[in-house]
Amino acid sequence: MKIDDKKRVLREMVLHRRFEERCYQAYIERKIGGFLHLYPGQEACCNGVMEAARPGHDYVITGYRDHVHAIKCGADPKEVMAELYGKETGSSKGRGGSMHIFDTAHRFMGGYALVGGPFPLAAGIAKAIQLKGGDEIAICFLGDAANNQGVFHETMNMAALWKLPVLFVCENNLYGIGTSIERSTAVVHQHKRVAAYNIPADECDGQDIDIVYEHARKAVEHVRAGNGPFFLELMTYRYRGHSMSDARGYRSREEEETWKQRDPILMLRDRLITAGAMTMADYEALEKETDAYIENEVIKFSEESPEPRVEDLEKYVFAERETQLPWLTGKAA
Amino acid sequence: MANIMYWEAIQRAHDEEMARDPLVICMGEDIGVAGGTYKATKGLYEKYGPLRVMDTPISEGGFSGLAVGASFLGVRPIVEIMSVNFAWLAMDQMFNSAAKVRYMSGGQLTAPCVFRSAGGAAHQLGAQHSARMEKVFMGIAGLRVVTPSNPKQAYGLLKSAIRSDDPVFINEHELMYNMKGEVPDGEYFHPLEGSDIARAGTDVTLLGYNISVHWCLKAAEILDKQYGISAEVVDLYSLSPLDRAGIKKSVSKTHRAVVAEEDEAPVGVGSEVIAIINEECFFELDAAPVRVHSALVPQPYNHTLEKAAIPDHEDVVKAVLKLFGKA
Repeated sequence: MKIDDKKRVLREMVLHRRFEERCYQAYIERKIGGFLHLYPGQEACCNGVMEAARPGHDYVITGYRDHVHAIKCGADPKEVMAELYGKETGSSKGRGGSMHIFDTAHRFMGGYALVGGPFPLAAGIAKAIQLKGGDEIAICFLGDAANNQGVFHETMNMAALWKLPVLFVCENNLYGIGTSIERSTAVVHQHKRVAAYNIPADECDGQDIDIVYEHARKAVEHVRAGNGPFFLELMTYRYRGHSMSDARGYRSREEEETWKQRDPILMLRDRLITAGAMTMADYEALEKETDAYIENEVIKFSEESPEPRVEDLEKYVFAERETQLPWLTGKAA
Repeated sequence: MANIMYWEAIQRAHDEEMARDPLVICMGEDIGVAGGTYKATKGLYEKYGPLRVMDTPISEGGFSGLAVGASFLGVRPIVEIMSVNFAWLAMDQMFNSAAKVRYMSGGQLTAPCVFRSAGGAAHQLGAQHSARMEKVFMGIAGLRVVTPSNPKQAYGLLKSAIRSDDPVFINEHELMYNMKGEVPDGEYFHPLEGSDIARAGTDVTLLGYNISVHWCLKAAEILDKQYGISAEVVDLYSLSPLDRAGIKKSVSKTHRAVVAEEDEAPVGVGSEVIAIINEECFFELDAAPVRVHSALVPQPYNHTLEKAAIPDHEDVVKAVLKLFGKA
């Protein structure tokens, strides 16, 4: 990555971090309901991969830890936050919530809340690309625990069999909800699991964005060149619990501190300072600017936006009736 | 009008729609090179090739999800699930992805997929190949459920389902693929909503769907000839949504109702239809509505036990006679 790109990505990652921390606060204030799965600690994964891909052009799909992936694809942070607030201006018009952010205008095909559910959906998106003949690829971001679902294997088999243009990114954060990978999974290194399907795979540090970017570039090139699927495992860590009611009793504070020593944002910041591309004062100003933007625009927009109308409760269950009349009534032209 | 078989009608709908739109594809187990377990995709592999007629691995959850994902980009997949019993494995994707995605994305994404499956009990296929599961599908918001009782419906419902922007589940029947019937020569779209009057009558309404329409028709003939009872047969080809207006209209006319289903009774088509009758026209009733249904047992293998578990036209006749105090 060029130095200007790195500075831009640092700015984005700071936004991603502060956005998520602000969600936490809003949840405590009961502005956000339901489940809330936060991303701090894993920012280099989404950012590194998407820098190597084409956000807004390639199709991205993921699980319920989805706010940052949506924003990285081009979703407006205001609309993502408004969705968490359950507002009509939210990206899914308040019908989805934290786990179901969608922004199809930017080809972010959604967050899904059944672990492993997006695997075959991603393969299907890739199948559609294959049929239509575009140069896009499908990128499926999921956690390590998703690989213990049956559809993981079903999808890997089909993706390899039909050479589908799909990149599977495994963000291995070592825990599936509150169970460590050693206690749930016979093979800890997830990239080894796709060897059975002849899918090329790679594993790397998911905390260092330069490393993620380099590995992702090769992975993306492989898929875009029409060579079929690729599986990229990124070793990472989520700082917060799985969701909000998680006191993290299943792991030690020492382990958490060890991972925080290799914070993806601070590592990139220090690298830029060492290279003379920015100063600590620049970074502090960036944090302040980001917080001000979140408060004055993102939160303000979400607070002031209207609730959905109760009269619209059943809107979006089916396609707009007027557009479907020939098939509903049999009176086709 | 051509007199063709149920499977031929389904095959024709596939062929016409695939010829019209290159984004219409079909997939399932043995549907391509092998020609389809029920021949419903016969000849399509040779005509449209492996990219559009996909022989899938035996991975119902996987290929159903793949179809849903492809539909997000405007592809119109027709998925054959060889037996409805296997649909349990596909339900996560059908229900959690296809049926909900439009709502949870605030209308941004839609999943115009068609899932076809052979339902019903055939002959001695045992507990895991004989289930009737329409009750499971018909309670899912965002999913349309239709079930053809004849070749004309099989053709026209599939045509409409492919064109519809909503996901549609089509419940077919293992024993009906070779049934013959008239299908229009020209293109025909059967409505996805509503019901058909399969036989007009005045004294009692017999409500059936799929194979039980035929029990009702046979029962109506017996009732007419032997007992002088005029039965109206309502064909509920749309199980979701059910045709409230059609049910009300017929029952308000005859004042009596029998619902016949091959499924077991609890939480089924019969319970739902009778609830609708209560809500729509309770005070029109001259007698309490009756359900005809299967025994609540895993389907037995033994021929005699199997026959005892599943109702037929005689059970419908008995139910009607009981309603009239003649049993």
